[in-house]
This record gives sequence, structure tokens and C-alpha cells, in this order.
Amino acid sequence: MVDMTAEGAAYSVAEPPSRMKILNRLRLTDTAFYWLTRLAAIGVLIILGGAIVALIDGSMLALREFGFSFLYTAHWNPVTEKFGAIAPIYGTLVTSLIAMLIAVPIGLMIAVFLTELCPASLRRPIGIAIELLAGIPSIIYGIWGLFVFAPFLQRTVQPFLIDVFGPIPVLSTIFAGPPYGIGMLTAGLILAIMVLPFITSISRDVFESVPPVLKEAAYGVGCTTWEVVRYVVLPYTRVGVIGGVMLGLGRALGETMAVTFVIGNAHRISASTLAPGTTISATIANEFTEAVGDLYSSSLVALGLILFVITFIVLAIARYMLMRLERKAA
Amino acid sequence: MNPLFAGRRRRNMIAMTLSFAATAFGLGWLVLILGVLFWEGLSGLSLKVFTEMTPPPGSDGGLLNPIMGSLIITSIAVLIGTPVGILAGTYLAEYGRYDRLTSVIRFINDILLSAPSIVIGLFVYEIMVYPMGHFSGWAGAVALSLIVIPVVVRTTEDMLLLVPNPLREAATSLGLPRAYVIRHVCYRAARAGMLTGVLLAIARISGETAPLLFTSLNNQFWSVDMNAPMASLPIVIFQFALSPYEDWQRLAWTGALIITLTVLALSITARALTSSRKES
Repeated sequence: MVDMTAEGAAYSVAEPPSRMKILNRLRLTDTAFYWLTRLAAIGVLIILGGAIVALIDGSMLALREFGFSFLYTAHWNPVTEKFGAIAPIYGTLVTSLIAMLIAVPIGLMIAVFLTELCPASLRRPIGIAIELLAGIPSIIYGIWGLFVFAPFLQRTVQPFLIDVFGPIPVLSTIFAGPPYGIGMLTAGLILAIMVLPFITSISRDVFESVPPVLKEAAYGVGCTTWEVVRYVVLPYTRVGVIGGVMLGLGRALGETMAVTFVIGNAHRISASTLAPGTTISATIANEFTEAVGDLYSSSLVALGLILFVITFIVLAIARYMLMRLERKAA
Repeated sequence: MNPLFAGRRRRNMIAMTLSFAATAFGLGWLVLILGVLFWEGLSGLSLKVFTEMTPPPGSDGGLLNPIMGSLIITSIAVLIGTPVGILAGTYLAEYGRYDRLTSVIRFINDILLSAPSIVIGLFVYEIMVYPMGHFSGWAGAVALSLIVIPVVVRTTEDMLLLVPNPLREAATSLGLPRAYVIRHVCYRAARAGMLTGVLLAIARISGETAPLLFTSLNNQFWSVDMNAPMASLPIVIFQFALSPYEDWQRLAWTGALIITLTVLALSITARALTSSRKES
């Protein structure tokens, strides 16, 4: 005891910290840490709110100048400063539609393969490989699309489509015109490859959430694998699958770099998918740094706002559906 | 055989063949893209790529300044984004687990997770580049950190939720306050998973191009000044690939190979981390 007091006197002039003080310090750090984490969590909301406010603020000039006509006019003329968003909106929707038409069935079939057919030892490696496809940065898809995929389509697939569908009334307009290589079809196909892994991994996860008892019962009454998938797995997971598809759609709508390389960046609406077009994100990526004049850049920000609103709605629906499924599983 | 059975078997065969074909198709693209990337990228890969600056068209050069720029911007983005993400994830999983605010934040975070990255670029342009009057490396780093945050929030929350409650209860019964329990018990138990989240976030941003287009812009010269425009690999790839010069295009392929290898290495490491944790 004597030693200890001597030590205390030697090393600290103040009294040794009392129990109360330590407790107070602990309580203080606890409260501080609580508020720190809470602040960071609210920061997530601030990011989203800030993005919306900043985009609205930036697009005010264009929205005031053009009003609602911005949404449905097709001019895009930096010289006369007349801007309308319908051509990029059209391109965004068409490329995403092409992508979903291809990626949804294929993605679901891969998920069926992984959950029902694949030998257990191959399941993990194939699943990882598909997910690696999702990890490849979009600029890689872009450069590959520009130098490899587009020339390939131009030489083989596009002339074939033009020849085959030329005599058929409606399809001949969808596949009309010279094979440029770059264009909306190419962009849609690349988007399909890009969203494929998202759709696959989510539908695989929701397929795995089906209680084995249900499947076993169906097999027990003599269903084939396909019938189990079609009449048990799919109805049970419908909500989750739609959620996964919407998530993929959200990606496709907002994808920038891969599309910018191969879309051709032409502000026009044409019925032919082989023609060059543009999307919202490609227009922003291509023109924003070179935009001269406040109205021009403001119009581009307004395009960004439109894109954000569209993807927000799509993603919100997707998350809502996936959340519903989770609640069901829990 | 009963024709009904035969029909059902045939339909099953067709569907199963299709699903097999779909998988081959999906994996085919991976092989095809990586194959072309290695073929084109390796031919231009040499020591020069890592030691020389980006060249003017028609002369020799490397990718030193964009590689450096990417490293700097990515590191700062991770340094900004990781603490914020971990703290926010901690709140969602620990303090606010049963809070109504939590489900709102989780919903918004999930949306940010897949929000178009070009919109993030526009946002940072509006709040940083426009008021400051010039493009800067800082703006690029902030834009990327906004992509890091949701990824880290998500994995941190998921990993903390996996920590068994008895651990928390045991620590609390010793009289440790909440903050200590979280930092010294929960974080330690969830460390591997949280690290995975950070690695995945780095993998995600190292190839991001769109948010950098109008934040850090590009710089042809050596510059480590964060207040000036800064070169980065994705932007240089974008610019060089769309140029008409063949030597620039070759450098773009090489840069693409470097990025892809980085991303693949990061995501495979992240996966190895989580799977070894599961087995132990």
C-alpha cells in the first residue's frame, strides 16, 4: 500500500482516477461512439438526399427553359440551344429491353442448371465463374465490344438478320439498314452479357430458398425435373425472381461505359435496332465535359436526373420484392 | 411407352438441354472476354508500361501516371469511405437493429448500391467541381468513396449480424459498455468478413470510369497534386481506346488487362477470405 501511494505521488500529481471518473469516461465514449455510428448511418440518407437536391438544382435552368416539353421533344442542338430528352430516353429503354429479353431467360436457365442439374462439386466453381463475369469492370466490356464484338456482329450476325427478316413486314423495320456494327442492338447484347450474372446469382439464391420438402414431394409424385422447376420452384419464388430481374434492369438502365463505346452516339430515334442511337448515360459521358454554355450542361444534368428517377423507381420495386421474399422465408 | 410419359420426358430433356446450353453460353463469354483481353493485353505488356508516362500519339510510352493516379484516388476513396461505411453498418447491426430508421437506411443503402455511377459523378461535379471551379483528384476520390460506402455498409452489417449474441451477452455481463463490446468483441469476430467487404469495394471502384469522367478528368503529365486534374487508368483506357492511333489502342488494351487482373485478384482473395472463415 505504501509503495503504491508513493508511486502515485511520483508519477501523477493529480489524485488517482476514482471509480466514478472511469465510469464517466466509459459512458462518454459509449455515447460518443453511439452518435458517431448514428451520424454515419444518417450520412447514407444524406448522400441520397444530397444527390437528388444537387441534380434538381443543376437541372433547374433547363427545366425552367423547356418545361415538360424537355421530356418529349427530340431536338438536341447545342448550336441553337434546343434540347429534348426523348431520343436518349428511347435509346435507354430499347437497349435495356433487348438486354432483358436475352438475359432473363438465359439467366434463369443457368440458375436452374446450378440448383437442379449441376453435380455438387461443380456448383461452386461455376457459380464463382459467373460471379467473376459480374466483377469485370464495365469499361472492359466496352473496349471488348468496340474492337471485337461490334466488328464480329457487323460481318456475320447483322447481314444475316437483314437478309432473313428483310421480307417480313414488321421485323424488316426492326432490322433495317446497313450493318454498322455499332448501334442499339450491339449495345443491348453487351448489356445482356453484363446483367446476366446479376440475374443468375439472385435467381440461384432465391431458388435455393425453396424448402426441399416441396421439391421432394413433387419428385415423389413422379414429376420430371422440368415440371418441378416449372410448377413448384418458379411459382414459389416468383416474387424474388421478379426482384432479381428488376435489379438487373436497374443495372442495364444506368450502365454507362460499355454502352458509350458501342452505341454510336447519334441523337435520333429510329425503329431499326441496327442504327446508331444514344442512351442517357452515354450522352452524359460523351458530352458533359465538352458542354459549352450553362443551358447545355444544365440539360445534361436534367438527363441525369431523369435517369436517377427511373432507376430509383426500378430499384425500389426490386428491393421491395426481394424484401417481401425474405420476410416470407424468415 | 405411354405417349403422355414420352411427351413429358421429351419436354424435360429439351428444358434440361437448354439450361445446360445456357450455362455453357454464360461461361463462354467469360472465356471469350478474358481470352481476347489476355491476347491483346499481353502483347503490349512490358516494363515500360510501369515506368514511362503516357505518350503523345505515335511515340513510345507507358501508363505510369494513370497507374499512379488510380492508386492515389482509389486509396483516398477507400480511406474516406471505409470508416464511414463501417460506422454506419455498425449502427444498423448493433445500436439500431430494431429501429425503424434502420430499415429505411438499409433500403436506401441497397438502392445506392446499384445506383448508376454516372449520376454519382454528376452529383460530385455539382457539389465540388462546379463550386471550386476546376476538376481535381479530390473530387474523383470523393466520387469513388460514395461508391465504397454502400458496399462497406452492407457487408459490415451482414457480418455483424452473423456474430452470435452470446458473445455480446458474455462481454456485457463483465460490465463492458456497449462501445467496447462492439469494438473489441464484435469487430474482432467479424473481422474477416468486414475485410472482404473492403476488398470487394476496392475491386468495384478500381474499374469505375463514369464517376471520374467529370471529377478527376485526366492529366497527360505526371501529377500527384490532388487539387489538379489527375490521370486514372479507366479514363486513359476510355480516351485511348476511342482514339484512332494504333499505339494508343494497344496501351488501352494493356491498361484493361492490368485493371481486370487487379479486380479478379481482389475478388478471388475476398472469396478465399470468407470461405476459409466458414470452414474454421
